Amino acid sequence: MENTELHTGDKSLKQLVEKSVGVEIQTCYQCGKCTAGCPLNEEMDLMPNQILRMLQAEYPGYENEILTSTSIWLCLACDTCYSRCPQEVKLPHIMDFLRQESVRQKLVNPKAKNILRFHRAFLDEVERNGKLNELGLTIDYKLRSMDLFQDLQNAPSMLLKGKLGLIPHRVQNPDEIKKLFKKING
Amino acid sequence: MRIGYYPGCSLQGSGKEYSESLFAVAEKCGIVLEEINDWNCCGASAAHSLNHDLSVALPARTLALAEKQGLEQILVPCAACFGRLATAQQELVSSEPMRAKMSDYLEMPVKGTARILTVFEFLQEHIFPVADQYIVNKLNHKTACYYGCLLSRPKDLTRLEFPEDPMEMDAVMEMAGATPIDWAFKTECCGAGLSVSRTDIVAKLSAKIVEDAVSRGAESIVVACPMCQMNLDLRRKEINKQMDKGSDIPVMFITQALGLSMGLSADKLGLNRHFVSTGKVVSCVGRKEV
Repeated sequence: MENTELHTGDKSLKQLVEKSVGVEIQTCYQCGKCTAGCPLNEEMDLMPNQILRMLQAEYPGYENEILTSTSIWLCLACDTCYSRCPQEVKLPHIMDFLRQESVRQKLVNPKAKNILRFHRAFLDEVERNGKLNELGLTIDYKLRSMDLFQDLQNAPSMLLKGKLGLIPHRVQNPDEIKKLFKKING
Repeated sequence: MRIGYYPGCSLQGSGKEYSESLFAVAEKCGIVLEEINDWNCCGASAAHSLNHDLSVALPARTLALAEKQGLEQILVPCAACFGRLATAQQELVSSEPMRAKMSDYLEMPVKGTARILTVFEFLQEHIFPVADQYIVNKLNHKTACYYGCLLSRPKDLTRLEFPEDPMEMDAVMEMAGATPIDWAFKTECCGAGLSVSRTDIVAKLSAKIVEDAVSRGAESIVVACPMCQMNLDLRRKEINKQMDKGSDIPVMFITQALGLSMGLSADKLGLNRHFVSTGKVVSCVGRKEV
């Protein structure tokens, strides 16, 4: 991505994607390799090549349809699509941008809320300590998602196997990381 | 030349045995790894999903600290951390405005010129040349080398010759006296970062991987990514529910397997930290050839 400062103004979603990610959407000739190789195509409501086609066609309402889809949140950034794309369209980077735009416009699909909650819990943990502590992350996520039981049965054996630390790892000066987050988030 | 080391958060937590076995093998071969002082989290999927600048700034801080320490090469064993550090580096190196912006955020200079090594490159360049003299055991069994996503793709970052059918780990396992199998799920995705928020998806994707390895006669799966290891090992109960017949095939890190062949103890290699017992593979040491 070349530029992340958003000046939505009267730009369409397609124009925003092209500017931020540095891709030309029209170069996609719809061979469908991205969708064929996507490990999550069975779970998606919009197929990866379909999202590109919608950006190309720009028919009325396409922006909402894309930004409210679950596909943009399910994408694992595994890079299979990009690796096989004959036109080298950076779909994983496009998906990143679409996720961010979906949050900004408050259009996140309710079915994807837990994925977003997990990402937020993750970043909050990094903002606090500069490092990720899996125990802290798990507790924080459980409280946000209210999905309290899943994974609980694994915690004691993870502790016994020395895989969960009770004392959080931190950078030397956590305030330095907090300041960095503040500068970036504005 | 000095070798810098970026453990990343997983290797201090759920993937502890990856770092334990890496250090045990390095020590055996007389190689010193120098940890980057005060490194921080790479931001993983969360940062690149939610904030592009943050996804560059977090790895950039670590790269800046490595530069300050005078490290010209850094080993990043975790596949996900490698992906983030290498991606950030690509952006820093190719864009002067990005370098200026990051230096400003971090309040220290950052160039991003250090060489970032994958675990495969580290093994090839530093362990392979001396390994022969330390390998004392043959791991006589059939193994499925599972590469996953971020050590395979994208090719411009991972520098693999054949990203759809990599052979780097297969070569290591052959050296360790095991028989790597030819299989179809070498570079498929395990579900990665959806492990907690969509365990159902991880179970489905990982089940396909385990199923294929087992059906082709593998007795172990070897990995080089802590996320892959965690999903295939910790999530086995959920995975087994997705399979016709469950499996107790163990999932080891490549460095654990190599360590076993060097005669290092299972304890030292963290082989007791797994959810699916690794006992079967440990007992393959010195078994009759397959």
